[in-house]
Amino acid sequence: MPEQQDIILDVRNLQTHFFTEDGVSKAVHGVDFSLNRGETLGLVGESGCGKSITSLSILRLIASPPGKIVGGEILFKGQDLTKKSESDMRTIRGNEISMIFQEPMTSLNPVYSVGEQIAEVLRLHQNMGRKEAWDKAVDMLRLVGIPSPEKRATQEPHELSGGMRQRVMIAMALACRPEILIADEPTTALDVTIQAQILELMKKLQVEMGMSIIMITHDLGVVAETCDRVAVMYAGKVVEYTTAQNLFANPRHPYTVGLMNSLPRLDEDVEELQAIKGNVPSPFNMPVGCRFAPRCPHATELCNTKLPELLEYADGSKVRCWMYTSEWDGDTKTATEVGV
Amino acid sequence: MMTTQANPTKKPLLEVKNLKQHFPIKGGILGRTVNHVKAVDDISFTINEGETLSIVGESGCGKSTTGRAILRLDEPTSGTVLFEGQDLLAMSKKQMRDMRKHLQVIFQDPFASLNPRQSVSAILGEALAIQNIVPAHQRRERIIELLGYVGLRPDQIDRFPHEFSGGQRQRIGIARALAMQPKLIICDEAVSALDVSIQAQVLNLLKSLQKQFKLTYLFISHDLGVVRHISDRVMVMYLGKVVEIADKKSLFDNPQHPYTQALLSAIPVPDMSKKQERIILRGDVPSPINPPQGCRFHTRCPYAIDRCKTEVPGLTSLHDTHQVACHIVQV
Repeated sequence: MPEQQDIILDVRNLQTHFFTEDGVSKAVHGVDFSLNRGETLGLVGESGCGKSITSLSILRLIASPPGKIVGGEILFKGQDLTKKSESDMRTIRGNEISMIFQEPMTSLNPVYSVGEQIAEVLRLHQNMGRKEAWDKAVDMLRLVGIPSPEKRATQEPHELSGGMRQRVMIAMALACRPEILIADEPTTALDVTIQAQILELMKKLQVEMGMSIIMITHDLGVVAETCDRVAVMYAGKVVEYTTAQNLFANPRHPYTVGLMNSLPRLDEDVEELQAIKGNVPSPFNMPVGCRFAPRCPHATELCNTKLPELLEYADGSKVRCWMYTSEWDGDTKTATEVGV
Repeated sequence: MMTTQANPTKKPLLEVKNLKQHFPIKGGILGRTVNHVKAVDDISFTINEGETLSIVGESGCGKSTTGRAILRLDEPTSGTVLFEGQDLLAMSKKQMRDMRKHLQVIFQDPFASLNPRQSVSAILGEALAIQNIVPAHQRRERIIELLGYVGLRPDQIDRFPHEFSGGQRQRIGIARALAMQPKLIICDEAVSALDVSIQAQVLNLLKSLQKQFKLTYLFISHDLGVVRHISDRVMVMYLGKVVEIADKKSLFDNPQHPYTQALLSAIPVPDMSKKQERIILRGDVPSPINPPQGCRFHTRCPYAIDRCKTEVPGLTSLHDTHQVACHIVQV
């Protein structure tokens, strides 16, 4: 595990709940990970696992009410973001931590030119003058690989293709040279050939600017392609946290294993996919024990009744599963097979 | 390989010949047609009985338009679509309505394609009533049977779409398609909106139903992993044209067209031990309103020569089960 000073963001037992008419939804309930300088961390999981809520919590963009961060710490360079005032957060957002979203069309203003929108960020956060900000905006468009940036800067979002728009979003997010970029499914809406272009661009800019990236995705392919470290989330909790190398070579949590087995492969043929049975539990009605227990092939009495803690290994990797503890009441052979 | 075009024991179920779908663009104060979007431009292919043919390609390549044109959900501009030898495009509206029970479709978004104010029994009952294949008093029984095929419980029959998860809703969509006892099912991005763990369940279901009811699938998808899993043969489209069509093994192991190669190499593989060389295409897909002259891929093709800019390549056979439309590939 890295030295303490390398860690730029340390999230500890984050809990974000939503207080609705139907009850309390514990959308994020136990998220732990740390992000190192210059590294990419993947936040992986299926719909409703809380990965987007986690990222919005980091930027304190959770609408309140109904949402509220009810517990845990988000340490950014040692300072707890959950305790910052709104005006402090405003200087951090965009400047030090910025974010790009899945659908660039809905995050861009349709009636302003893209150049103006990037310049606005610079004028707001860096107190640049009009002319200076515009020139910098054109520079940013050039940096993200948009051809003839002077002309493109004057165009409105609808005049650009999906891939171009995502490049504009990246230009806007990186305009103030943030230390952390949070990318929420940045390529999910794009075709694969365009996705390849955008991922390549993000990697190149990360090296040039030395920034850290949190890559939120449901696509394990994108994880293998871009991430150094991965936190796998299920039903509001981190269930496994390890290096990307380890995750693919030796996945520990049964949910991680299940995800990999249900993925149709490009390099081999199987007659039947090993699907994970059942559905994700409702956030209003979570199982009392391990949240994956109702779908887990190895679940025992212990798993169904008691929630496992996040277990930390000597190398810093973590797993939330009873199989890896001495209390495990199931077949020890199963546990050995999956590699305790 | 189970299915090949040349295999004489295989009977073609659907033959598409020179299909064109050009959508007019109206403009000016008189609303005259000023141009056309050439969404599908002269494509031909065959689907044999009992096989799965997939159409892959990126947004705007014409894969969904092809599916819709076959069903005449949009009237095609020209071409023939022979279903068991009968031309669907020459039929009257009424004849076509009768034919539709043999050709069913499953759409991407199960929530948008199910009426939120109808219960499952009403949704499936309506389908049965329109085609009138089951007498009214036996319908409920038949609906319960259908739910069983797709892995839903009989007690869920009176529930509404919002009470189901995304995967379950897609199962209802599949049950509705099965209700007609169809011969061909067109699956238009049928699993694209689902999470991988649920997607795997639905893919397994589609495969087992195919065996059980001897179904033929036209499977439209942008996800090559899914396509590899479900298909017997695969057709790759780019800007309204077929660029390559082959049996699955040949296409994935030995892709010939530069576009197919780039498409396959662009997919991130969830395995860190296998880092493949990536071909990154420059630029975007050109507009289908004024597609490039010659080969439509030449503007992005790393190997393009002068001939590609002027002459449209036709499909030529590499071997029995593998055809490619490219000037560079030496056949």
